[in-house]
Amino acid sequence: MDRSEIESKLNDLLVDELGIDRDALAQDAKFEEDLDVDSLGVVELLMALEDNFGVKIPDEEAEQITTVGEAVDLVEKKLAS
Amino acid sequence: MLKGKRIVVTGVLTDGSIAWHVARLAQEQGASIVVTGFGRSMRLTERAAQRLPDPPPVLELDITEPAHMEALVADLDERWGTVDGALHAIAYAPEDALGGLFLSTPAESAATAFIISAFSFKTLAAGLRPLMQRAGGGSLVALDFDNTWAWPGYDWMGVSKAALQSVTRYLARYLGADNIRANAVAAGPISTVAARSIPGIEEFVAAWGERAPLTWDMEDPEPIAQMVCVLLSDWAPATTGEVIHVDGGFHAVALARHEE
Repeated sequence: MDRSEIESKLNDLLVDELGIDRDALAQDAKFEEDLDVDSLGVVELLMALEDNFGVKIPDEEAEQITTVGEAVDLVEKKLAS
Repeated sequence: MLKGKRIVVTGVLTDGSIAWHVARLAQEQGASIVVTGFGRSMRLTERAAQRLPDPPPVLELDITEPAHMEALVADLDERWGTVDGALHAIAYAPEDALGGLFLSTPAESAATAFIISAFSFKTLAAGLRPLMQRAGGGSLVALDFDNTWAWPGYDWMGVSKAALQSVTRYLARYLGADNIRANAVAAGPISTVAARSIPGIEEFVAAWGERAPLTWDMEDPEPIAQMVCVLLSDWAPATTGEVIHVDGGFHAVALARHEE
């Protein structure tokens, strides 16, 4: 799976699961500030990522995630390892 | 250990939740379970439930909504007819009731913390009582964080947890005649979504490392799940109104360990 595929799947999750406006999605969009996703929302997103990509994201790494781009980076890294 | 038991587990938020591990271990020990979730975290609970060994039904329970409790009891009545036990893992405090704002917390926020975190154990117990009576008795267990002392920043959540211990004792008093036991498990800090929402949780963790006689691993909820399952089982038949510490012995000793 290449980066653009990860990105488009992640965007679908954000729109479908968290009800975010697709137009607001950008690589540097911050979950809390720009997308109004609170900490519980980020947890939900990460569980959705784990279920959809078949990866395991430890909490310590999950807590570092603040932007859409960083989430894509993390999934890419996990899929590669 | 829990073969044939029918148990209600509240408080499953993610597969890192202490309640999730209780649900997992209870299933491994032969119990049938349902888990409850509420409001906007229902989807999280449903995802977490799918990760259990045998994905259980997820029922909605906002503990402050009498209609939810009634619907839960009606569902359990139809599904099982009886209930043998429940885990209460429900707590909440508004932001202005935590984090060092103790002296300026408004009464409403302190009351909210109390109603959701302590009074709710009574709500759960009273709701499930008829189903446990029909089973010939039951076991209720609450997750507690010991508040014999005042912690930094835990504030009205701490007061509410102290109240929860008292609620546990009163439930023991009022439900003993029905052979229903009520106990609390005072756990050491575990790295969960709920714990990370507590300001200054790092300080607790550091203190445990220095003081607990046994090694405390905040990434390992298993010892807590084990104790909860013991209390839900038939192996603690004369224990009620008790607060059992699963904290590596932290509560028993004062000051940090030296290299002795």
